[in-house]
Formats: sequence, C-alpha cells, structure tokens
Amino acid sequence: MKTTNLTARQRKAYLFRLICAAISWMGIGLLAILIFHVTSKGISWLDWQFLTGFPSRFPERAGIKSALVGTIWFISMTACFSIPLGTAAAIYLEEYSRKGPLGYLIEVNIANLAGVPSIVYGLLGLVIFVRGMELGRSLLAGSLTMTLLILPIIIIAAREAIRAVPNSIRLAAFALGATRWQMLRFHVLPQALPGILTGVILALSRAIGETAPLIMIGALTYVAFVPEGPLDAFTVLPIQIFNWASRPQEDFHHIAATGIIVLLAVLFFMNIIAVSIRHHAEKKGKV
Amino acid sequence: MLFGFLKDLDPRLRSRRRQWKERIIQGGLFLCAFLSVITSFLIVVVLGKEAFPFFQEVSILEFLGTTWTPLLEPRSFGVLPLVCGTFLVVVGASMIVIPAGLSTAMYLSEYASSRTRSVLKPILEVLAGIPTVVYGYFALTFVTPILRVFIPSTQIFNAASAAIVVGIMVLPMVASLCDDALRAVPQTLRQGAYALGATHFEVTTRVVVPGSLSGIVASFVLALSRAVGETMAVTIAAGATPRMTLSPMESIQTMTAYIVQVSLGDTPAGTVEYRTLFAVAVLLFAITLIMNVIANRILGRYREIYE
Repeated sequence: MKTTNLTARQRKAYLFRLICAAISWMGIGLLAILIFHVTSKGISWLDWQFLTGFPSRFPERAGIKSALVGTIWFISMTACFSIPLGTAAAIYLEEYSRKGPLGYLIEVNIANLAGVPSIVYGLLGLVIFVRGMELGRSLLAGSLTMTLLILPIIIIAAREAIRAVPNSIRLAAFALGATRWQMLRFHVLPQALPGILTGVILALSRAIGETAPLIMIGALTYVAFVPEGPLDAFTVLPIQIFNWASRPQEDFHHIAATGIIVLLAVLFFMNIIAVSIRHHAEKKGKV
Repeated sequence: MLFGFLKDLDPRLRSRRRQWKERIIQGGLFLCAFLSVITSFLIVVVLGKEAFPFFQEVSILEFLGTTWTPLLEPRSFGVLPLVCGTFLVVVGASMIVIPAGLSTAMYLSEYASSRTRSVLKPILEVLAGIPTVVYGYFALTFVTPILRVFIPSTQIFNAASAAIVVGIMVLPMVASLCDDALRAVPQTLRQGAYALGATHFEVTTRVVVPGSLSGIVASFVLALSRAVGETMAVTIAAGATPRMTLSPMESIQTMTAYIVQVSLGDTPAGTVEYRTLFAVAVLLFAITLIMNVIANRILGRYREIYE
C-alpha cells in the first residue's frame, strides 16, 4: 500500500516537472513564432528602396528613411543627456549620500519613478518641454522626455556597477592621499565603466522601442524629411510602425512588418555591443 | 603664470582649492541625484494643475459614471468604461502570466541544469526587450486571426488578444523576479524536506514556494501594475470603443489607449477634452503608484529573512 503511494507521488513529481519544463520552453516557441510571423510577412518588402524612401500614401513607394535617421538622432541625443546625468546620480547615491531622510527620499523616488507608466512621462514632456520651454515638437523635447524616463533604469544599473568595485581600491587611493573625487575619477569609475555601459545600452534599447511618450509629445507620423538639427520635427521607427499597423489596408500591415524587421535589427545590433563589452570586461578582469 | 606656479607650491592654498573643487563636484552630483525628486514633483504638479480645473467642471460623481463620450455630443465623463477595459486586459494578462511565470521560475530555479538556465535566461531577456509596438502588431495580425478561427464572433479589435500579448510581455519580468525569490530560499530547507522523505514536487510546492511567497506575490503585483500602464499593444489590438463589458471578445478601450487616441488628434490646450487627458492620467498614475507601493511593502514587511 505504501509503495504504491510512493510511486503515485513520484509520478506526480515527474509530471509536474514535465509541465514546468513545457511551459518554460514555450517562451522560446513564442519568440520563434513571433520572429517567423514578422519575417514571413515583411521580408519580401525589404529592399534598398524601403530603406532610403520616405513615407508615402502608396505602400509600394513607402520607405523608412526619415524614421531610421530620426531614431539615430533621437537615441544619440538621449544618450548625451542620460549617460552623464544617470552616472552622476549613481555616484552621488553610492559614494556620497549618507543615511538620512534626504537620501531615503531620493531612493524611494527613484524606485517609484521606475514604475510610472511611460505615457505619464509623455504628458510631463508635453507640458514642460513642448509647451512650457517652448521647444515645440522637436528632437530636443523628445530626447529630454525620454531621458527622464530612462534615468531610473540607468541609475539602478550604474549603482550596481559602482557597488561591485571592491572597497580596498577606494581605501588604497585614500591612503595615497587622493581626494574623494580623484579616487572616484581615476580608480572607481574606470573599473565600473563596463557595467555602467552595459546598463546604459540596455536602457537605450528600451528607449528605442518606446512609442507612447513620443506620441504624446507629438512626434509626427508623417515626416518626409530628415531632421538636421535638434529643434527639427522628427519621427522614429516604432511610431512609423504604429502608423502603418493601424491602417486597415493589408499592404500597410506588410510594410509595418518590414519596419519591425529593421527595428529588431537595430536592437539586435545594440545588444551585440552590450554583450561584447561585457565579454571584453570579463576577459580583462580575469587576466 | 609665475604666480600660478607659486600658488601650486603652497600646500595650504592647494589643499583649500582642492576642498573647494571637491565641494563643487559633490554639489553637482547631488543635483543630478535630486533630479529624480524634481521629476516626481513635476509629475504631480503637471497632472494636478490640469486635472484640478477638470474636476471643477465635472464632479467626481459624474467622473465615476458609466458612459465615456468626452469627444462627442452629448458629452459624458464617466470613466468607468475605460477602467473596465483596463481591468479586462489586466485580468486576462494575469491569467497567463501568473501560472506561466511561476512555472518558468520554478523550472529555472528548481529543475533546470545550469546549461539549460544559460540558454533560457537570455531568451527571456530577448522577449523582455521586444518593443511593445511589435507585440501590438503580433496581437493584431497573429493572435486575433487565431482567436477568430476558434470563436468566429470575435471582433477585429478585442480585449483577449491584447491581454494575451500583455501577458507574454510581462512574463520575463515575473519569471526573473520569482526566480530570484525562489533561489533566495536556503539549500538547507530543501535538504531538510528531502530528509523527511518528500519528493521533488513536494519540496518545490510546500517548502520553496511558501518560503518565498512574499517575493512571488510582489512580482505579480509589479507585473500587473506594468500591465495597467501598458500602452501600445492595447492601443493597436484592443480597439477604441469605451464600453462597459466583461466579454473579452469585444472591442474596448483602456485608459492608456484613450490618452493616445486624444493626443493623436489635434486637441487645443485649455479645452475640456485636453483636460480629460490629465484626469485619466491622474487615475492611471494613482493606480500604478498604489500597486508599486503595495509591492514594495510586501517585500519590505513580509520578506523571509534567512541567515
């Protein structure tokens, strides 16, 4: 009697393991289906004309040049604002801030800001940057909005990288008479840099895919020119994709898929950079 | 030049200059960190400033009504249809993400070999990095046609397809957070249970999962709060029909999708339509903030402290 009970229990354990494994591998299945679906819909429209053409009412003539160039402009500007700000905030929180009400206030704030829906940042950008500072619906307003959105992510990643630098290095620098800033500038930051960069690239990949806040600040969906300065109007890849996907004609759904292929290629490229930075740093650390 | 050189030689002057430099740098770094507090403050001020006049025109009671037609005559400002739409999507997503996320985490932490782990984890990260607009497209052109095969009465825009992709979207986050929580349970507890004759299944479900329940529940709450704030997938796939319905096969509109719909049009500042944006955003912000605070509370208060 007892042995049958044990077999039943073990059978149950085995079954449970199978179910868990099946559900986990479904994640991979989904990714495969998604990529296959998008590729099969869009690959036939992917050609040089698509990459170098401007949006058009006719799907066969529509291209993605303005969105692609807009994305590159937009992400470079966002990086220029968010990397120094995020790293500086992380340095302050890790190396200067003492335990107290002010430090606590900042910590709680960053944790909560990371959970604010992106569309709320869009409204913030609309009121403060587009209307308040009169930047208009420009690249500058868009990248400032996106900077606020990704700052919490960058700060959290940079703090972890800084925390991972062993304390003995700080003490050694102090022992040689370095000031706090010299210690940070010449010893802690160089060591933390690969970790910070990895976090930054992941945050910027998120920024590339964000659509909602840019719709809020009014990044245009029909832009038949390439932006030439930070005050120009612009569009980005996900907005162009959204625009095509929300049209009823089947052909536009196909070029939306082609746009997604381009977007995923850009993201893939950025992730490769992040992985190789991490890899390089790990190799250097071992030697 | 000569004078500057002498100044550099004077140790007292040098150290004073260094101190000033240090202070300025510290001040600058502090300002960057304080920017987050300013951002929060600005969010509250911006939302409040436009929502306040709205609630002077429209009473709270009217705002809690069941008809939402702010852009058409006769106007009505009952927000509940939008809340209902969001609720449908969130419930649908949680029906996918709670079982799937927890089983994935249990597999990753309790069953998978380290090699399997090193394959599965990056793939989940890739899933997490796919832009939401792509998920929206996937819902509209892949999930909905499949749903229509099984349930022909499904509308082209429907809550179910949006809920399914939102569930997939937050799955990596739940799996990763739950995995962390499960792995925090010390090995000695598992070994103790094995020593008492428990099977692998019993160890996992009666020792490890209860032992990390706070982390698991917190990850669910965080995921659902993200589902509430999710915008593009529901805008593309769930439709633009604010409606009080519990049927997931119909076209609905969520709070976030409404905000996008209005801002795609040309709504001049100062009008009631413009202010509805902020009224809805206040509600959205409040809901997600409360959920995030709850999640952090659960983590802080009920965290099982081992060792």
